[in-house]
Amino acid sequence: MITRAVVAGLGTYVPEAVLTNQDLEKIVETSDEWIVTRTGIRERHIAGNDETTSSMATEASRRALRDAKITAEDLDFIVCATNTPDTIFPSTAARVQHQLTEKPIPGFDLQAGCTGLIYGMETASALIKSGKYRNILVIGADKLTSITDYEDRTTAVLFGDAAGAFVLQANDNTEFGILSSYLQADGRGGDLLIQPGGGSLMPASKESVETRQHYLKMNGNETFRFAVKALPEAVEEGLKRAGLEVGDMDLLVPHQANLRIIDAAVRRFELSPERVVINIDRYGNTSVATIPLALQEARMEGRLHDGDVVVLCAFGAGLTWGSNVIRWGR
Amino acid sequence: MANKEQVFDKVKEIIVDQLGVDEEEVTSEASFIDDLGADSLDIVELIMALEEEFGLEIPDDEAEKISTVHDAVEYIRENA
Repeated sequence: MITRAVVAGLGTYVPEAVLTNQDLEKIVETSDEWIVTRTGIRERHIAGNDETTSSMATEASRRALRDAKITAEDLDFIVCATNTPDTIFPSTAARVQHQLTEKPIPGFDLQAGCTGLIYGMETASALIKSGKYRNILVIGADKLTSITDYEDRTTAVLFGDAAGAFVLQANDNTEFGILSSYLQADGRGGDLLIQPGGGSLMPASKESVETRQHYLKMNGNETFRFAVKALPEAVEEGLKRAGLEVGDMDLLVPHQANLRIIDAAVRRFELSPERVVINIDRYGNTSVATIPLALQEARMEGRLHDGDVVVLCAFGAGLTWGSNVIRWGR
Repeated sequence: MANKEQVFDKVKEIIVDQLGVDEEEVTSEASFIDDLGADSLDIVELIMALEEEFGLEIPDDEAEKISTVHDAVEYIRENA
């Protein structure tokens, strides 16, 4: 008997306000043409001042629970991947639990850059396979605009806000579910993508605020170079661990950081357009939320069928990269 | 390393493939950005493709100095 974690529910939340490239032209020195050719992004959604990572996460979670036809009280664990927690502590996972239900549920935040969602899925899958947990909420939520420097033209155009949530459920006798995962991290490239201030290395000070150290900093070209290598490696290694090859993959759901990174992987694998999900044009890089958003969109468009081999793949700060290979169905 | 013509031909092939330009445009003096329409990300991908083809690693500060086809060919001849 093989116990596997199956995707029993999926929910997403995207804030209402839209920031277009034309809007950005008025804020920083940039142009729609420059942004589109270098990133593929046309607009992104921006959380309101009253919205936080946990409020977006909670809404996405409610939708995932409805989709799974269970209630929050049925959950026995919450894994929340985020890089912009409401507060460093207490955890966003505990905040979400509190917003969902009176019932205490164990959980924690997981920080692995934009790869956090992939890490969360593997963590939850392992917890389920241990036999100790049966219904786990895996959240990917970020309010990246809260750490985006709108005076930095190289990063201001990239990010949006959103949340996604999966309900992973134990199934004791199934061909469906998470087949394998591949996680990786290499701190050598840590400085390429970093929020320098606010931790024990550089506690908040007047100077850290004045020199904008609490904003996300990125070395674009070097990060791009890393990502172009990391994405295909993660896809191939994840599939290999499931005893599969690129030819077996029905749908690739890559982290939506930059269209050019996805295009490089599509060229390398010679994927036809129907085998890869791309929606970066409308949401920008929403960090750990890009994969749930893209997967949900593919599902709504009828692109997911029971038995399909779906590969989720991401790369991000750490540097981290990884993939989950899922046989779709519940 | 192989002679200049061989390196040039291989580099040209990669440039044509990566940048989607015509072979005739890839002259020795051609600048990636000014003549071949590349942007910074194209150059990153091009450098990666050259590294893979010639089995070398081009450090950032060296890569920054490669702005023409000639620069690329010379770097490869000296380092591969």
